[in-house]
Amino acid sequence: MSSSTQLGPAINGNGAPSSAAPTAAIAVENIVKRYGNFEAVKEVSFSVADGEIFGLLGPNGAGKSTLIRMMTTLVPITSGRATVAGHDVAKDPDAVRSMIGVIPQALTSDPDLTVEENLSIYAKLYSVPKAERMKNINDVLEAVDLVKWRGAQVKTLSGGMRRRVEIARGLVHNPQIFFLDEPTTGLDPVSRIAVWEMLNNLRTTRHLTMLLTTHYMEEADKLCDRIAIVDHGKLVALGTPIELKHSVPGANVVEVHFDRETAEWQGRLEKLDGVTSVQAESAGFYRVLTSSGSTTTMQLVELAASLGETLTSLSVQNTTLDDVFVHYTGRQLRDEQVKAPLASWAMLQRPGDQR
Amino acid sequence: MNRMFAIVEREMRKFFRSPTLMIMSLMMPILQLLIMGNAFGGKIVGAHVAVVDYDHGPQAVKIREGFDAIAVNIKTFTTVNYTDENEAREDVRTGKVDGAVIIPVQYSRRVYAQDAPRIGFVVDNSDLFTSGSLEAEMQALVTALTAPVIQPRVATAIALEIVELYPYVNYMKFLLPACVALAMYISVMIGGGMLYIDDKARGVHEGYLVTPITRLELVMGLNMAGAIKAVLSGICLVVIGSLMAGLGVIFHPEADLELLALILGTSIAFNGMMFLMMVRVDDPLVPRAMFGVLNLLLFYPSGAMYPIAAFPPWLRAIAIIDPFTYCVHGFKAILLKDGGFEAIWFDLLFLFVFGIGTLLVATPLFKRTL
Repeated sequence: MSSSTQLGPAINGNGAPSSAAPTAAIAVENIVKRYGNFEAVKEVSFSVADGEIFGLLGPNGAGKSTLIRMMTTLVPITSGRATVAGHDVAKDPDAVRSMIGVIPQALTSDPDLTVEENLSIYAKLYSVPKAERMKNINDVLEAVDLVKWRGAQVKTLSGGMRRRVEIARGLVHNPQIFFLDEPTTGLDPVSRIAVWEMLNNLRTTRHLTMLLTTHYMEEADKLCDRIAIVDHGKLVALGTPIELKHSVPGANVVEVHFDRETAEWQGRLEKLDGVTSVQAESAGFYRVLTSSGSTTTMQLVELAASLGETLTSLSVQNTTLDDVFVHYTGRQLRDEQVKAPLASWAMLQRPGDQR
Repeated sequence: MNRMFAIVEREMRKFFRSPTLMIMSLMMPILQLLIMGNAFGGKIVGAHVAVVDYDHGPQAVKIREGFDAIAVNIKTFTTVNYTDENEAREDVRTGKVDGAVIIPVQYSRRVYAQDAPRIGFVVDNSDLFTSGSLEAEMQALVTALTAPVIQPRVATAIALEIVELYPYVNYMKFLLPACVALAMYISVMIGGGMLYIDDKARGVHEGYLVTPITRLELVMGLNMAGAIKAVLSGICLVVIGSLMAGLGVIFHPEADLELLALILGTSIAFNGMMFLMMVRVDDPLVPRAMFGVLNLLLFYPSGAMYPIAAFPPWLRAIAIIDPFTYCVHGFKAILLKDGGFEAIWFDLLFLFVFGIGTLLVATPLFKRTL
């Protein structure tokens, strides 16, 4: 793992060039993407070690997809440098393309073709020799557990199975590095867990380096060796899930629900020993970050008893990545436009067509 | 009631925020009026008629003076001098001229001798409108010669003998070339226009762009696929249409080769044109909105339904750059006239040059990135 696993230097998003360690599968140095006056990605630096699963977290419109698109040669880099598998993304995009597998956000396998036909076409696009093509297809179908569906048209498959087809498609040319843009979005919990297991197995069996973006904290927590949190185009935190959790003030989260809401609760809770922050979730319901869950719990019970108030529920848990995420990105809803309206009438996107 | 108005409000908001749809829905009827209004019912102007004069006598000169008067006044046709009747007939068949007047040997003597003088008129009856107009004009001229305003001392009764080059061309046969062109256009519009933009919107192209495929390979691959679909559609229409219309030309191997060359040229031209128009479009609504307008703008000025010679100059200008024109002309020349390569070489040249040219312009416009 590269030196950037140390949280400190990278946390402000201006990670030192040390993040681009020589053994890094992916190295990004001060990368910038500008659309006119709008800066979608602002001097982001990080590196991903060989065989690592690296997660990019961030709110909608934070710049995650733009980052992944720059690394996969889909979007030109405005400034900075990115190398993937040792090749410069801007200078040698074809070499990068042949080393990577990409699973885009949308399900883009052709619904009218069968699973095998989809894989075969992509194997040809990657110039996989004819002799190896069928073996590769068999291998990836086995890896994603779709062997018996190889002859089925993709449109007849469930969402989870279609996502597995996408994963198989991205692997059909035996890439070294795998990019996944929100690989489990829209899947039910069972399918999601199946995809996680599959990705973990693939990492082990194929020695893949993976970079994924996700909205699911649980996914990032379970899958990723390291996580980078991106907000407003900047890298705001970087580290292992444990390091990130420790970086948030307060080791525990106490969720308390009072029977009766009063304006004073917020102030009273903030004054308790060890409490670092109090978030009002709904009427009478508070989420309290504290350095000691047990002490705060006792104090809360005593406080309620002394005031003659009733506690409806009380729970204590360790800090989660949700808390980390909220800590670094805030609780404000993001209403940024994904794309500025284009000038040409012919190119105007219809409302709801944002990608 | 409010619920009903909510639906109306939603539809109106969508409509006014889709400029493509709005412009096209307004433009379409206006264009329809403009193009169809000018494409139908015009008078034939500037046709070419071959004159083979074997007589060279004073009565032949009178006929030629009549032709000159037509060329200068109502301008229905101008004449081209020929010395050989067979050459003139062949040029009518290959479309170089629209008709041929044969003034036989001893024509003047027969007029003076009142010995049933006759003029031959060879017409290309595969184009009913042009041949009808020329026949009418020629008949009027002969009538004027037979019964002039100032009666001559020798009364003559000249007969116009019309020779139709082809067996009766019914409307089904007449429409077949246009239908083949239209089928290929629809195939390209759906396969190369709509599906291309739909794939782009669905992210399929994003999938291609992350592979090592080059821009040229991608452009050529997309266009070759489109061309193959159009070729298949063209072949089907030619075979089925010819059988339905009772045209036996498809059973001649040489004609089949010519038809195949035309189908190939047309598919390349249509694909190139469509790709150039769609190369920077992202909105799936655009090709749908353009479908009707393009059809109107390209099909009717092509001479598929009414001869180009009857169009006003601006519509003729569209016809000159419209690949439909050459496609329809070529199919007519083979299916209805069996004119051979000589009749279609320019159509083929235009279609291939147009197709390759538009592809050459479109390729650098195609973005290898998002």
